[in-house]
Amino acid sequence: MTPALEINNLHKSFGKAEIIRGIDLSIGQSERHAIIGPNGAGKSTLFNLITGRFAASSGKVSLHGQDLAGLAPFEINRLGLSRSFQITNIFPKMTVFENVRCALLWAKGYKYSFWHMVSRSRDLTEGADAILEQINLTARRDLPAGVLSYAEQRALEIGITIAGGADVIMLDEPTAGMSHSETDYIVDLIRKVTEGKTLVMVEHDMGVVFGLADRISVLVYGEIIATGKPEEVRGNPRVQEAYLGAALEAEH
Amino acid sequence: MELILVNIIDGLVTGLLLFMLSAGLTLIFSMMGVLNFAHASFYMLGAYFAYEISTYLGFWMGLLVAPLLVGVVGAGVERYGLRRVHQYGHVPELIFTFGLALLIEELVKFIWGNDQVPYQIPEILEGAAFTISSYNIPAYKVFMIFLSLIIFGGLLYVLTKTRVGMIIQAALSYPRTVEALGHNVPLVFMGVFGVGTALAGVAGVIAGPVLSTFPGMAFVLGSIVFVTIVIGGLGSLGGALCAALIIGWLTTFAKAYNVRMEDILTGIGFEKPEPLWDSAWSDLWTLTSPQIADILPYLLMVLILVFRPYGLFGKRDV
Amino acid sequence: MTDISQNPQARQHGGVTLRVAMPWIVGAFLILVLPFVFQSNSAITIMNQMSITIIFALSYNMLLGQGGMLSFGHAVYMGMGGFLCVHVMNWDMFGSLPLPVLPIFGGIMGMVMALIIGSFSTRKAGTVFAMISLGVGELIAACSVIIVVFFGGEEGISGDRTYGMPFLGYEFLSQIEVYYLIGFWLFVSALLMFLFSRTPIGRMANAVRDNPERAEFLGYSSRWVRFNSFVAAGFFAGIAGGLFAISYEILTEENLNLVTSGSILLVTFLGGVGVFFGPIIGAIVFTLLQTVLSLETEIWSLYVGALFVATVMFFPSGLAGVLMMHAPAFKLGKWQMLIVPYIKTLVPAALCIVGIAGIVEILFHARHSAVGETEMTLFWITFDHTSIMPWIVFAVLAIVGFWITRKTAPDLVEAWHAATTPDEVSR
Repeated sequence: MTPALEINNLHKSFGKAEIIRGIDLSIGQSERHAIIGPNGAGKSTLFNLITGRFAASSGKVSLHGQDLAGLAPFEINRLGLSRSFQITNIFPKMTVFENVRCALLWAKGYKYSFWHMVSRSRDLTEGADAILEQINLTARRDLPAGVLSYAEQRALEIGITIAGGADVIMLDEPTAGMSHSETDYIVDLIRKVTEGKTLVMVEHDMGVVFGLADRISVLVYGEIIATGKPEEVRGNPRVQEAYLGAALEAEH
Repeated sequence: MELILVNIIDGLVTGLLLFMLSAGLTLIFSMMGVLNFAHASFYMLGAYFAYEISTYLGFWMGLLVAPLLVGVVGAGVERYGLRRVHQYGHVPELIFTFGLALLIEELVKFIWGNDQVPYQIPEILEGAAFTISSYNIPAYKVFMIFLSLIIFGGLLYVLTKTRVGMIIQAALSYPRTVEALGHNVPLVFMGVFGVGTALAGVAGVIAGPVLSTFPGMAFVLGSIVFVTIVIGGLGSLGGALCAALIIGWLTTFAKAYNVRMEDILTGIGFEKPEPLWDSAWSDLWTLTSPQIADILPYLLMVLILVFRPYGLFGKRDV
Repeated sequence: MTDISQNPQARQHGGVTLRVAMPWIVGAFLILVLPFVFQSNSAITIMNQMSITIIFALSYNMLLGQGGMLSFGHAVYMGMGGFLCVHVMNWDMFGSLPLPVLPIFGGIMGMVMALIIGSFSTRKAGTVFAMISLGVGELIAACSVIIVVFFGGEEGISGDRTYGMPFLGYEFLSQIEVYYLIGFWLFVSALLMFLFSRTPIGRMANAVRDNPERAEFLGYSSRWVRFNSFVAAGFFAGIAGGLFAISYEILTEENLNLVTSGSILLVTFLGGVGVFFGPIIGAIVFTLLQTVLSLETEIWSLYVGALFVATVMFFPSGLAGVLMMHAPAFKLGKWQMLIVPYIKTLVPAALCIVGIAGIVEILFHARHSAVGETEMTLFWITFDHTSIMPWIVFAVLAIVGFWITRKTAPDLVEAWHAATTPDEVSR
């Protein structure tokens, strides 16, 4: 079976600074994969390379076996890869409902249509309402998204990300800046909405990572120093040395 | 050969004048991210203020005082207008400066009327400075060139040798960082806006007598100044200088040499349709370079934006 | 999901409800009956101009309000549409073409222009787009003087609408017949533009305006979305141009230049870019200001300029935005609370404006009237501008009006807050 996402010898330099220095990674179908690493390791850059926000200096990224080189973000999205952002990235002036509905338009086949009325399409309205139900924002349906609380906006961001029905979901620090109870809410939400899908996420909160991930990759200075099941990674001496040890000690 | 030299001087005058306007506009844009649509209106205010002062105190006092007044008006506009609109975002800012340009034109009409005012060059600068074969080079043009060069020298000195200049220079390349360092106090904004508009005022003072001082003068020059900084690359002073000189020479030479489309077309082997007035292509055949001189900058800008969106020297995306 | 079906604001799946259709029925009714209310020829001419401006402003708002594209060259699409329509009027085959069909030619011309220019200008929104639109606008306006075959040079080109094939027996000789032709197109265009904003591409235009990057990660090319809106806007601008050609039968360079492009920006922004009907209000108010004020005073454009700058500074959402601010008060049934505070603030504010305008007018007269002509008439009173009395009266009006307005404005704000927040049961 082809892996959902495969990365071969990926490099990225900004000027002279080499940020990503040869990454190989293979993420299987329906796998929940977490990428961890200290600040400045290149996690967000890796995300941006995969989703076409930046162009790679060399190397290859393939989604379900298809090479993503040279594709624009919207083309990659159409192949079934959807992402969220570290800094909340929604449509603040539109209502919560409309945010989700916009995310549904392409997947439901409306594309650039100017002969359908969005409000008269039952599948759009029902689909969007179902997602609102899933992310627990039904009560906020008709509010402008910009007025929601931070945690609600993060939930909406996840809702927008999954709405299109992409089978590879990439979440960039979904719990950043959240309180404990908010984090628990988001983790449950992520578990629920990514059922049966491939999840790739960058996360700092080790509780979240070990609770959610099937496999973990550790990224340090642009290189993956370890990949494996949570307990394997936890036991890996290099990881402990480079990063995890300090974090785990701090936790205990 | 002599004609070429004369045209080079004419183009230089136009180019330097354009640069004096576009330098201020570039400074303002680099610091504040605002494309000031009303920039040429401050140039017009400079000319009118200088005219008003010159009727009482003579040309030289006008040259001294008018730019300062324009700078004060500019700083006031920043403080009480732009700063307020800033919170709504860039598009409203651009719309605000557009409205300001309209308003200033109407105010000028209100105060000085619809017609041209008799703003004259001082007696001492009348007449020719020197002659190139049979062509007279007016003393006033030489004066304009020298004054522009002195001002640019001063500007260069301030930008490269003083602390304020360092901050402004840093802001050209790394606006966010400068902001984070706590330098981007509103005072610096106001100052840059004031200085930028004062530069436009100087340009108005010295251009008013030769290009004539009338309410439409801002409109005539305004979009060309925009074109200049877009061609040069937004935020690049060197680019603005380059673009200003290119435009100055391009338009001057296009006007001076009557290049006819007819000659070009027959030159590359087309046959002239007879009778010409009946042909759908008659306009193309009768086209001459002086006719299109004024639209060449726009053509250049559209081409630049299509093929090199950052402009000649720009690094930042607009 | 039962709670949603009970929600009065829920989107309708089924047929068009009366609530949605009501504004359109009222609009159509107004278009039909207005000529019976304002019967004079000049009133009908003004209404024709108004209708054309409305279509043009709505088309402009497809760019600025819906798509976030600030254009300084929208006159190009209207103008080119108009020029083509005048050419069509001068063709031999025009005799077999019913006049009401003519604007479609204009629309297609506007669309073709938008296809060409939009192909490179919609790459980015924001400043790049604004600059390209300015450059292209100036370029085409300048070309119009050079390319005499199409644009007719300085004097422009003219045609005669009555050469067309009679339509249902009408030859469009009179203004009123033209009025209904324009009215028909006004209704159709406005409805189509409204419906466009409700289609997937119309919704995505909003999304791209707010956050182009996010839209890209939802599968939409923001450039293609902008391009679509741009072409549609070009089409409707061309329709407006065709109607202009029918109404005035002449087009000149003026229809293409920056002044026209700028004034439609002014109209649209004045009305409000955030709401669909904003430009309609803007076009009505602006046309009235233009026609009424220009009869009363020479310096009307000074007032319009000042109004525009004040709008950008204090009411960036325009007249429609100000109206919409009061919607909650009406929904809550508390609008009566606002009447007294409004009178208390607006009356002195009006007096203040009268005072300032008076001083401005006297100044203008004193500066620009012929030597020795010191008598002037203002607000139906004739006086001498050299006497000190009028100055004092207007200055007092301005200062006192301003002072009272400042005093009462906070009360108005407070009353507005009270009227737009629901009563709390617990209190």
